[in-house]
Amino acid sequence: MTAPASTQTVDLVARFPDSVTADTRPGFSGFIVKKENLVEVATAIRDEFGFDLLSSVTGVDYLAENMMEVVYHVHRTTGGPGLVFKTQVERVDPVEVPSLYSVWVGADFQEREAWDLLGIKFTGHPDLRRILMWEGFEGHPLRKDYKEGFFEEETKPFKSRWPDGHHNYVEFKNPYRDNLIFPEGFDPDNYTPKNEDDLYFSLERSSMKKAEGDLNTDHIVVNMGPHHPSTHGVLRVAVELNGETITSLKPVMGYLHRNHEKIGERNTYLQIMPYTDRLDYFNSMANNFGYAIAVEKLMNIPVAERAEYIRVIMAELSRIQNHFIFIGMLINDLGSMYTPSLYAFEERELILDIFEAVSGARMMCNYFRFGGVVRDIPADVLQKIKDLVFDRLPAKIDEMERFLNENEVLVGRLKGVHVLNAEEAIRHSVTGPVLRAAGVPYDLRRADPYSVYDRFDFDVAVRHNGDMYDNYLIRFDEMRQSLRILEQALKQIPEGPINSQKPQYQVRVPAGESYGRIESPKGELAYYLVSNGKPNPYRYHVRAPSFINLTAVETMCKGVKIADFVALLAMFDIVMGEVDR
Amino acid sequence: MYGKGILKGLSVTWKRFWDTYLDDISWWVRGKKRYYTTEGVAHRSSKDARGIFTVQYPEEQLIQPEEFRFVPFLVFDGNEENKEVRCTSCGICAKVCPPQCIWIVRTNDPNTGKPVPQPAEFYVDMDICMNCGFCAEYCPFDAIKMDHEFAIASYDRNVYNLEKLLKPASYYAEIRPLNYNKEEEARKAKEAAKAAKAAAATQAA
Ligand code: SF4
Ligand code: SF4
Repeated sequence: MTAPASTQTVDLVARFPDSVTADTRPGFSGFIVKKENLVEVATAIRDEFGFDLLSSVTGVDYLAENMMEVVYHVHRTTGGPGLVFKTQVERVDPVEVPSLYSVWVGADFQEREAWDLLGIKFTGHPDLRRILMWEGFEGHPLRKDYKEGFFEEETKPFKSRWPDGHHNYVEFKNPYRDNLIFPEGFDPDNYTPKNEDDLYFSLERSSMKKAEGDLNTDHIVVNMGPHHPSTHGVLRVAVELNGETITSLKPVMGYLHRNHEKIGERNTYLQIMPYTDRLDYFNSMANNFGYAIAVEKLMNIPVAERAEYIRVIMAELSRIQNHFIFIGMLINDLGSMYTPSLYAFEERELILDIFEAVSGARMMCNYFRFGGVVRDIPADVLQKIKDLVFDRLPAKIDEMERFLNENEVLVGRLKGVHVLNAEEAIRHSVTGPVLRAAGVPYDLRRADPYSVYDRFDFDVAVRHNGDMYDNYLIRFDEMRQSLRILEQALKQIPEGPINSQKPQYQVRVPAGESYGRIESPKGELAYYLVSNGKPNPYRYHVRAPSFINLTAVETMCKGVKIADFVALLAMFDIVMGEVDR
Repeated sequence: MYGKGILKGLSVTWKRFWDTYLDDISWWVRGKKRYYTTEGVAHRSSKDARGIFTVQYPEEQLIQPEEFRFVPFLVFDGNEENKEVRCTSCGICAKVCPPQCIWIVRTNDPNTGKPVPQPAEFYVDMDICMNCGFCAEYCPFDAIKMDHEFAIASYDRNVYNLEKLLKPASYYAEIRPLNYNKEEEARKAKEAAKAAKAAAATQAA
């Protein structure tokens, strides 16, 4: 049977006999909570059972059963397996579920996303607006009865491609509007989008109140982005300012949204693999890793021994290059263009050379397969990895530290700015280096080890001040730990096959659900999959670390100067490919 | 002292600056060319690279590893006049392609109406191709392979038909020698095994 994401160490049914039942569908696990008691049960899960970190909130549309399900994954920051609980509601408009914002603030963006894409209304959410689609968009695209523009068929492979595949442009075959369903009385040609009052009202609502006796000044609203050189891609931030001090702030995203999850649900399991590359395009190896783990859990297959080591090597190399880029880009955002970031890019290039030699592409690696990897590392490339890991990279990390760490201007800009304390970080579901810099030693490679990480000797990097400077330094610590892992992996790597399965283009996946999570360089990257035994996943959800980490931005920024906010965005190390999906 | 950290940092920049010229001189003394040569580029992307790192594209190009992939092409054996297309139009590549950009028309025998293992038409929409390499990975006949040619930008749409897709096996052997040899060996071994089996069968009869 599939290994469940949570083992039933917690007996919720005994604690709440009236409102909780165990999920007994074959392949599923966890608990089903009555919607009326959701907040009460969730509070108990947090306070009595110690699951302080809300990992993921998402919904599944069971069209045939006329039911919507909201799935929650929670974890303990002290480590160990997670807990999954669900609540089921009838699929009648409006689908209403109580919001868990009051229990975990980290539910903020995720509930907004579920509202936006699935149309689940979270009652009690303070700011339930669309998040990825634009205001005024009609419909909820992840619902099973929604058809996107240029829709061809429910699932791939499409029948028109073979054996009688005369090439056709999709826009000629399916002219826009012809296959879309609009709500009653909706005319797209005469439609003018609502203005953005909602956004500005929400800014107003969360604005800091003036202290008694302050000068009576007007606040101004500034829109940074979506095309702003310091927002790491097309992120827009609406900021309310009092002078130069931020009083309220809302990130606006979705400019790069392509509904990755809907594409995934139309694809076969294997076809999703190259699409995951495009999430966090700096770390396609890590994205592949998480997805492969989720599917392997569902299929219940082992991974070839040598492939496990190759996976770890690739994931750690990816982390090192990501952190190099992070440092370069942070300095870039602080206003020192070019030199540090180009020094960082040099090491990254060398690592990308390795990725290219093993996988065929520098960034879109598409290297992992279910049960292993595509191909073995050629001997000369393995030598090159060893050269880098044993000779070059340690020296280059030292050089980078010599170059920047004591720089007075840098220290002045970073030290003591944007402090995020441990409690706030956990409450906002922040993961990854940002959480560890706040003093929480939560690293999935140790907290809930996957792959072969339990065989290596390394420390979880942790810092305690939670300010920008610690966030900067912890990247160096992590790179050093990654090098330690790499050294051991390169010494221990066994010979043998690189895949436990025969190459198959159509894998058989039994019905069930799985939650595969890894420690990506940006935080906890997880994939939630529901299979109904067909060649395509029924539900495919990505828990994107950069997206969820952004939840904390608003709280962190209130009361600071706008110039520091730019550095803060760099600190979160966001990638819009992953935020917007 | 305020400014010590900055000076320390600048020493790194300074060292890198001189490294470039030191390397230039040492290459010159050894009578080798550091720029615009394969050797020079290889050195600049090795672990010993220091000082200047940039590769001056397009005059210089990074060395492509064998596995480098861009868009697919179809392999034919034989020669230009008599192309023996390897593809049997089995359709696996069209089914596995994630963005569904491969279109194949199977040939039917005009007399019997039965399918013939030979594609009548074959299109790959290169504008849509996501360079994933699945088609080459899962083709059971080694008929479709990933190309090294990457500069295909054009003013029109890039829908490649059979004519544009077909490239000789010798080209394949040139860009991917290791893979080519491996596949040839596997093929020979298979044929030898088949012949041995046939011989054994005739002997037994
Ligand atoms: S290229 Fe290969 S996989 Fe594609 S149809 Fe031809 S033989 Fe089949
Ligand atoms: S490389 Fe990938 S996307 Fe391109 S034609 Fe082949 S299977 Fe399709």
